[in-house]
Amino acid sequence: MINWANFLSQCFNGLVLGGLLALISSGLTIIYGTLGVLNLAHGAMFMLGGYAGWVAYDYTGSFIVALIAGSLFVMLVGVLMERLIIRYFYSRPQEDQILVTFGLGIVFVETVRFFFGSLSKTVPPPALFQGITNLGFMVYPTYRLASLGIVTVALLALYLVLYRTRLGMIVRAGIEDSVMVGSLGIDVYKVFMLVFGIGAMAAGFAGIVNAPVVSIAPDVGEAILVQTFVVVVIGGVGSFPGAVLGGIIAGEIISITSMFNPGYAYVMLFVAMTVVLVWRPYGLLGAAGRE
Amino acid sequence: MNQKHPFLVVEVLTAIALIAAPFILPHLGFAPTTINRILIWGLFGLGFDILFGYTGLLSFGQSAFFGTGGMFAAYLLTELDFPYVMGAIILGAIVAGLAGYLVGLVALRRTGIYFAMITVAISEVFFFVEFNPLSRYTGGENGLPGVPTPSVFLGFTTLTFHSDRAMYVFLAFWYFVGLVVALRIVRSPVGAILSAIRDNPLRAAALGHNIHAYKHTAFVAAAIYAGFAGGLLGVMQGFMPPDAFMFDTSGQLVMQTAIGGAGSLFGPLIGATVWLFLSDFFQNTLHLGATWKLVLGIVFVLLVVFLRRGIVGAIADLYRMAKGARNATEPAEKPMAAPVITPVATEALLPPPRPTHSASSPILRATGLSKRYGGLMANSDIDFTVNHGEIRGIIGPNGAGKSTFFKMLTCEVPPSSGKIMFEDRDITGMSVTDVCQLGLTKSYQINQLFDRLTVGQNLTIAALGEIRGKFRLDLFRNIHKIPGLAEQVERTLALVNLMHRLDTPVSDLAYGEKRRLEIGLALATSPSLLLLDEPLAGMSPSERIETVALLKSIARGRTMIIIDHDVDSLFELVETVTVLQEGRVLVHGTPQEIKFNPQVQEAYLGGVHGEMA
Repeated sequence: MINWANFLSQCFNGLVLGGLLALISSGLTIIYGTLGVLNLAHGAMFMLGGYAGWVAYDYTGSFIVALIAGSLFVMLVGVLMERLIIRYFYSRPQEDQILVTFGLGIVFVETVRFFFGSLSKTVPPPALFQGITNLGFMVYPTYRLASLGIVTVALLALYLVLYRTRLGMIVRAGIEDSVMVGSLGIDVYKVFMLVFGIGAMAAGFAGIVNAPVVSIAPDVGEAILVQTFVVVVIGGVGSFPGAVLGGIIAGEIISITSMFNPGYAYVMLFVAMTVVLVWRPYGLLGAAGRE
Repeated sequence: MNQKHPFLVVEVLTAIALIAAPFILPHLGFAPTTINRILIWGLFGLGFDILFGYTGLLSFGQSAFFGTGGMFAAYLLTELDFPYVMGAIILGAIVAGLAGYLVGLVALRRTGIYFAMITVAISEVFFFVEFNPLSRYTGGENGLPGVPTPSVFLGFTTLTFHSDRAMYVFLAFWYFVGLVVALRIVRSPVGAILSAIRDNPLRAAALGHNIHAYKHTAFVAAAIYAGFAGGLLGVMQGFMPPDAFMFDTSGQLVMQTAIGGAGSLFGPLIGATVWLFLSDFFQNTLHLGATWKLVLGIVFVLLVVFLRRGIVGAIADLYRMAKGARNATEPAEKPMAAPVITPVATEALLPPPRPTHSASSPILRATGLSKRYGGLMANSDIDFTVNHGEIRGIIGPNGAGKSTFFKMLTCEVPPSSGKIMFEDRDITGMSVTDVCQLGLTKSYQINQLFDRLTVGQNLTIAALGEIRGKFRLDLFRNIHKIPGLAEQVERTLALVNLMHRLDTPVSDLAYGEKRRLEIGLALATSPSLLLLDEPLAGMSPSERIETVALLKSIARGRTMIIIDHDVDSLFELVETVTVLQEGRVLVHGTPQEIKFNPQVQEAYLGGVHGEMA
């Protein structure tokens, strides 16, 4: 017999996880869409965000500072990664791009392990959002509610950047045809660098927001990366709305399945992905030809 | 592919190396178990290299099959007391192959990054299923201990492989068997087509190969190898570890293959040697502790950045450089100047066009053909008929819809409406592969070649489509023993005047030569109707003259449709001309009629009347 209160709270958990996945996946998908590079180190960006936030929190004791410092740090890592390595891979085969980002992911994870050890760290939620909230129909941890809000705001911000700014217009044009954008006299390399930074930052930001919910460890990014891939396949590569929709679908599937048996969460995720691949091979909101 | 291997040099050298290894490697600091482990990774990698190195499919999901095969074999041997160790391993490999078949149904729906992402997800699914729902059978996080040692009953005595040295003999034997099988696959027609798929999947499909089925074959083969290697792992350790299923296993395989060099079959073995040696060295000699993985990760990134084709590729490049330096000191045997080309006109050289049943009826009839791209009508309501033996030209200003029209005829794009009959058969909506099999193919406006293969290999791929049909599972057949293949390749080679370029990689050809090879690819499929999309595009005047001569010699006894902007050359070749303008047929007639047609002049020159240039 299904416990409805439990079910409802799992639905909320799904929404929280879904929002998080949506944010991380949008980062991955705009990087791929614009630069044509699948960043296998994207999970490591999520992890780096968590650790950078933890360090900043350790020094200042302020969650807001941790959020800002952590995001900026991961953005910097993304920009440096693009400048120093990824840039030289645009003209190389896709497999080489995948291999190098895969290797970089390992380097990031192992570097963090070297400095911080394998034991997990926790960041407490900010004082304002501690405890639980009674929503009337159920009680729910306050910070999870707050994180849903924070992630929604971040997604909205990303949306505004993508759809309401000049940079966003260039990025969206670049997703359609980056060569054409380049020939219009726009310095695509500068845009690529920014996009990589913003994409990485989206994952890093999510990493900090998630840190008070789940403790952080060097390998937290791996599972997230896999889920992100499923989200992107479901939503469609290069589509921001697809990432949001896919994220929520994946989050709900994981949470609701976990209520019955966590072992099947990935199986159900995979089933959903298969259904999408059969029914709409380019993803729910993807366009043909982006691969 | 075109060189015959005298007395199986590779196999003999490998056998010698495998025999020598246990006597040499320990002196270099390899522990006996490390050497055995290298063999397992090498065997695992043989299948992966067929998938990644030869077919170009980068999978991060191989751990799923490695674990499946290993767990199945270990379960049979420990829980069910199955008596035959090798039998269990082989059954495990078969189960892994079945899993590979099913997973392939999903994963191969997409290519490129989608494929990579889907395989990552798959490996994670298998890991969770093994750990949780199936933990009753797999031991969950404990794995399955007590996997028995293999033994061979020889009639008078029984060999058991207890010691590390004995286990080496056992594993080396199976590695060798795996290698021999992999080499046969790579040297078979299937192997050739897999390389073609890696280089240019669209053209491989357009030459009449069912690329999806071949990719699926490579995927299953890789899964079987993975399952087999997984079974050996359990037997070697006497314990089947659950971490065989972990994503790390897939990642390590990918990294080892990249370090060693993909596409040579030996890359994974060499990569595993380097990887396992370094990991032992960092941990046991340098005492780096957990940092070893960081150092290996950095080494890997540097290798990917600087050594594009891995260790095997670097050795091959060095060898070529050394050879090149030696050749440079010797007097050049052949002048480097472009060979003088004499147009070939011997009819004996022509690959025979396929027999056609009804010579009087039209070979191709398109009715009401339209193609709409969003709001743009690329083609509207085109009626078009070509008779057997006719040489037809199509001209029209840029944007008239000529290439779109060709793409619909070859079924590369489906028409929005209309019907295409080829040899009295409705081909509307068929795949480009099936249409090529029926005898209708095209040479492309922009070269679509297999860049990493030689000229001879390129033509072999094209000829195989006609000789073998769209899919055949002759995995162990020697490509050199296919009757008629060599002849067909040679005939085409002579026809397009590339005899002296047989073993030259396509990337080393001059543009004009590439252009002729492009036409050669289409010809080698022995089409009964050949479409040529701007065969003269981008050619110098002298190349044009040669190519027109070439096309004239091809034209004899063949049905062709040619699009070109070089109207003078085209009118020399064709009997009738169709003029397209803004997606419609403007007029149709002989070259003379077209030349003086005021409508055509207006279409081209915008109302300025006079003879066309």
